[in-house]
Amino acid sequence: MVQPSKTPIEFSPWTDPTAKPLIQFDKVTKRFGSFVAIDDISLNIYEKEFFALLGPSGCGKTTLMRMLAGFEAVTKGTITLGGVNLAPIPPNKRPVNMMFQSYALFPHLTVYENIAFGLRRSAMPKEQIDARVNEMLRLTKMEKFAQRKPHMISGGQRQRVALARSLAKAPKLLLLDEPLGALDKKLRHDTQFELMDIQEKTGTTFVIVTHDQEEAMTVASRVAVMDHGKLVQVATPAQIYETPNCAYVADFIGEVNLIEGAATPNGDKIDILWAEGQPPIHATPSDPVARDARVSFAIRPEKVAISADKPVDAANALQGKVLDIAYLGNISTYHVELPGGQIIKAQAANNRRLSRRSFTWEDPVWLSFTDTAGVVLTS
Amino acid sequence: MNLRRFFLIAIPYGWLLALFLVPFLIVLKISLSDYAVSIPPYTPTLDLSEGWSGFTDFLSKLDFQTFKFLTTDSLYWKSYLSSLQIALISTAFTLLIGYPVAYAMARAPEAWRATLMMLVILPFWTSFLIRVYAWMGILGREGLLNQLLLWIGVISEPLTILNTNLAVYIGIVYTYLPFMILPIYAALDRLDDSLLEAAEDLGCTRTKAFWLITIPLSRPGIIAGCFLVFIPALGEFVIPSLLGGSDTLMIGKVLWEEFSSNRDWPVASAVAVILLLILIIPIILFQKNQQRAAEAEQ
Repeated sequence: MVQPSKTPIEFSPWTDPTAKPLIQFDKVTKRFGSFVAIDDISLNIYEKEFFALLGPSGCGKTTLMRMLAGFEAVTKGTITLGGVNLAPIPPNKRPVNMMFQSYALFPHLTVYENIAFGLRRSAMPKEQIDARVNEMLRLTKMEKFAQRKPHMISGGQRQRVALARSLAKAPKLLLLDEPLGALDKKLRHDTQFELMDIQEKTGTTFVIVTHDQEEAMTVASRVAVMDHGKLVQVATPAQIYETPNCAYVADFIGEVNLIEGAATPNGDKIDILWAEGQPPIHATPSDPVARDARVSFAIRPEKVAISADKPVDAANALQGKVLDIAYLGNISTYHVELPGGQIIKAQAANNRRLSRRSFTWEDPVWLSFTDTAGVVLTS
Repeated sequence: MNLRRFFLIAIPYGWLLALFLVPFLIVLKISLSDYAVSIPPYTPTLDLSEGWSGFTDFLSKLDFQTFKFLTTDSLYWKSYLSSLQIALISTAFTLLIGYPVAYAMARAPEAWRATLMMLVILPFWTSFLIRVYAWMGILGREGLLNQLLLWIGVISEPLTILNTNLAVYIGIVYTYLPFMILPIYAALDRLDDSLLEAAEDLGCTRTKAFWLITIPLSRPGIIAGCFLVFIPALGEFVIPSLLGGSDTLMIGKVLWEEFSSNRDWPVASAVAVILLLILIIPIILFQKNQQRAAEAEQ
């Protein structure tokens, strides 16, 4: 598991202007006929990063990855790996390996032979191949299954073999295409941590494609949120969650309440008029906002406090009634309807037993949050 | 419920019993009989009117004389060997032609595949006999092939193809090609493209990936196709008798001549029984292969 080191060195080469990126996408466009799969993307990925491409299906994330592997040609622009243009290099000559979504294990070969497959294609001597395969089997805890065929092991074990096989050649870059998609939820959680552990041990740069935002947030050092062939936001998981740059990202990552309204500047803060007869929301924008500009106020449910009485010193306090309660065990999400009909989600930890819960359906409640709890989005 | 199940199983078994086992036993019985100028042309025949003694009398008259006779005349073992040779070589050529066709079909755009499949099956809609006669028209001295070659100027004298072993090879390969293509196509069609991409990703060239992934994974189809061609080709009789020459030896032809020209039913039956024994080995191997393929599917 991930051990916090004693002197934590912050890993953020993307903030260092002198750092040289391992992979550079320079104005890359990919068209399939008239369909634009990748639309003029420029992106730097640094060595030892665990980089996640996140987006709904059809957003172009898989195409982006397949261009790195060499299975798709770039229509316009260049991709360089360690300063070398990848375009003329065929997939079998690239220092890049891929873990396929279907795992693509060779069904006629044993686990051992599957892992050795790539090494046997290189000029590596036999004893070294054997040592390397055994090392990979140890790393993925598959020693006992070396002589089994892929159809004789479980889905989780197949996933490990696929990982071992793609890591065996010690690639500069490992691509993972929805690597955990076929696993059940519990196994997926365990495997996420194992992936991070293995990535740290081997020091390989990982690029992972996923549509599961939770997975991307857990494993990645940086996340690129994609939509319609464009990068919407590229940032660390915390930045993406706390300060999404648009409503699309805010909505795609986690749960969010979006309240639209007109802005009125008030010092370095703004008041958002969002409904007739309701007090304006006081918020702190990151950039100055013009008077009467249409803005969206995005606030996460866990940042909204719920109480029976009106809180005294809260910057924002709204009254409503409980419409629905989603009990999730450790927390509950309350759907609270405001007088205008708007529904706001608020989350509270269930540190008391269910029978002692303070609110129930139809109860009048107060929702409150500070003026820095949410994000003001202008686009 | 049990009775229903019994009837359900009884129908196919009854069918096999009546249409396979009983005729085979009759053939076996004739092969153990002796040639006679009578109707039917062999003795003994079972006469149930004499009761049990008639049956034992009948059994005592059966012997292996005809089988012994088969070993005395070199025609028979030469025919068996020649049949094996022709069947093996034809199977090899069918594979060489059928595999690329099946491969191209499996790689063709999705929309074309049904049409290509149709084209492979289309010849079955015409009588097999008519198609073999058509080959006589193509391969003959005055046939279309010779005319074409003469017209192009490749040859100055018409070639003798008809009534040689070459014509038999052409006929067998042509006739049984669909039986080779279909199982190989089925195996290749199931092949996951990402396996080839994975092989390429791990350092294979396209050609290498073909030999290391595509060929091994289509092996069940190759084996099934080879047996489906080899087994009927071994006993083939129409093609060698229509396209082959007088020196084309195939056991199916010998069998036919024993039955119709010589009217020696016991010898013909013995030839058939031995042919069946020869075929049992590849048939069992074929069944094993099918079973293994089915198990690998699960």
